Amino acid sequence: MAKVIIDTANHIAGYGAKAARVQVVPAYPITPQTTIVEKIAEFVEKGEMDAEYIRVESEHSAMVACIGAAAAGVRAFTATSAHGLALMHEALHWASGSRLPIVMAVVNRAMGPGWNIWPDFSDSLSQRDTGWIQFYCADNQEVFDTIIQAYKLCENEEVFLPAMVCLEGFILSHTYMPVKIPDQREIDDFLPPYNSGWILDVDRPYSHANLVSPDFYMEFRYMIQEAMESAKQLIPRIDKEYGERFGFEYGGLIEKYQCEDADLVLVTMGTMGSEAKITVDNLRRDGLKVGSARVRVYRPFPREEIQKLAEQVQMIATIDRHISFGMEGFLATEIQASLYNRGDLPLVAGFIAGLGGRDVTFKTIEKIAKKSLKWMREGGVEKITEWVDLKE
Amino acid sequence: MVTIKELPQEEYLLKGHAACAGCGPSIALRLLFKALGKNVILVVPACCTSIIQGPYPYTSIGVPLQNILFESTAAAASGIVAALQQKKLEGVTVVGWAGDGGTVDIGIQALSGAAERETDFIYICYDNEAYGNTGMQRSGATPYGAWTTTTPTGKRERKKNMPFIMAAHRIPYVATACPSYPIDFVNKLKKAKEIRGTKYIHILAPCPTGWRYTTEKTVELGKLAVQTGLWALYEIEYGKFKLNSPSDRLVDKAKRKPVKEYLALQGRFRNLTEEDIAKIQKWVDEDWERYRKLASNYLL
Ligand SMILES: Cc1ncc(C[n+]2csc(CCOP(=O)(O)OP(=O)(O)O)c2C)c(N)n1
Ligand code: SF4
Ligand SMILES: [Mg+2]
Repeated sequence: MAKVIIDTANHIAGYGAKAARVQVVPAYPITPQTTIVEKIAEFVEKGEMDAEYIRVESEHSAMVACIGAAAAGVRAFTATSAHGLALMHEALHWASGSRLPIVMAVVNRAMGPGWNIWPDFSDSLSQRDTGWIQFYCADNQEVFDTIIQAYKLCENEEVFLPAMVCLEGFILSHTYMPVKIPDQREIDDFLPPYNSGWILDVDRPYSHANLVSPDFYMEFRYMIQEAMESAKQLIPRIDKEYGERFGFEYGGLIEKYQCEDADLVLVTMGTMGSEAKITVDNLRRDGLKVGSARVRVYRPFPREEIQKLAEQVQMIATIDRHISFGMEGFLATEIQASLYNRGDLPLVAGFIAGLGGRDVTFKTIEKIAKKSLKWMREGGVEKITEWVDLKE
Repeated sequence: MVTIKELPQEEYLLKGHAACAGCGPSIALRLLFKALGKNVILVVPACCTSIIQGPYPYTSIGVPLQNILFESTAAAASGIVAALQQKKLEGVTVVGWAGDGGTVDIGIQALSGAAERETDFIYICYDNEAYGNTGMQRSGATPYGAWTTTTPTGKRERKKNMPFIMAAHRIPYVATACPSYPIDFVNKLKKAKEIRGTKYIHILAPCPTGWRYTTEKTVELGKLAVQTGLWALYEIEYGKFKLNSPSDRLVDKAKRKPVKEYLALQGRFRNLTEEDIAKIQKWVDEDWERYRKLASNYLL
């Protein structure tokens, strides 16, 4: 029987891992992720979840143990934040290069120094090029649903890649919301038992991940790129099927809101997307044609959808909870890169907001929208990158 | 206890592997499979064995092998062991096979964690006393006085005592070995296979390329390391220390060859002074005083 529970996104992520019938969970604590692995420890110790729980001595080992487990033929899950994710960096490459369908919850947190435990996308975005699929969630229900969808996607033979399910620290991780947990049999029906491209098998003795010369390396990389392209096709389909079965759908790669007739579209990720919807409602009441596009999947990047969106609008404003030092926010960069070479382009302005947990409310986004609309009417952006609410 | 005649004919270190001629670690690797058979999952970090196994799409190893990050052997093994437990798959032995750098330096954290968690696997450190893969830089296992490319005038510090560090984890089985004593090594592996928990075996494995000696002397050097007492063959089973043959006959200093006989054969010790050699001899004698006490029923 489906049931509705009220809990934090972190606990909900634990419920997601349980519902996905995860079999091995190597775990290491870090704020604000910790309550995910605590919840799973509770499930395992109470016998509610049949999984091996490995209390590893570092996040590096957590990811490598996930690799070992997935390679030996079981579904693996872990969770981390910020410095823990950075410590995993090398192992993230190893996981995707080994084509192992591991799913990890990343509770987004700022990187130090100084120590800052509050939300910021710099941790997961720094791992952009590791070959992991990246989902960004806007509420607790989406966290649960995305974990299930992620395994379905990653274990598809066209994909066989790992995925991060990202959620902002505190804004989601420690915030209670009602979440519908579908009936377990229906989840099992949607997500069959673990499927991977290969396993360590004494009857089929292969060497995995051994030395690969320039004669082959490039082809292996190309296959990962192809898998990302397949994921781009599959994500909307899986999202739709999930929606039909369980009632929640997120627009596939991008969740669009009031974009059809919009002059200006606000492009965000994560919970800023929820705030942006409120901004849109408020501005629409004043007759301003604003829409919101929340990038739900950052890798593979929804280039084609952005291109389609750009055809309808006069201006795009990106809001990045992230800065690539020496350039701009990644959303700003990727959106401009998606549009180049295409004639009749909308204006693009990049806004940096909410770093290290500074609040980004619908009011903050309203300021961004109004400034963008002004630039749009003037026919040019005053600043390519604008830092919002920066103190003098 | 097997004898040399009882070793199986099957080979799982296959012909055409890419080790240097006279490679000590690859002798040990061959023996490993003779002892454990084919139901082994091998975990190998970056090390000489990354090369020895050959490049994709070939392999010189006849068991499933997971190559993994340099510092991560024991973590990968932990994941594999957990997966086998989850699948209730019995009869497969998970073996970590790592160099000294991957064990005593960069991999010590993951190994210590796996041992403390009582992970059910065999971890083998094949110790060629330097970073072989990258061209012979010093490691924490490089002995005092040895030339390496990063200690061109000889290492100033002593070798880390890794087996004792592992014994301090209170794991059920710690042993030392040397490919010059194949039956001793094979029997230790067979014993380790039957024990639940973390088993650690540290092999001193002569390396002609790094130690600077001619390739036909590998077995002789391993023997000299043991006969001089520089390397002792022992087991620590559930905390109880026991010297194995032939080391058990070397407690009396008069029975041990002078360390000089071992050192003089190797180019890496060319720069040692008489004082250095005397110092090394003194350290060896001190070690043996310790072994003597431990062997006469002192629990570690
Ligand atoms: C994180 C990391 N740092 C450095 C290296 C480069 N590296 C590869 S193998 C190796 C040395 C291995 O030495 P050891 O463990 O003693 O094994 P051996 O090569 O002697 O068999 C080094 C430094 C690496 N692969 N990964
Ligand atoms: S460098 Fe030494 S350990 Fe490495 S393959 Fe050559 S002989 Fe063997
Ligand atoms: Mg070495």
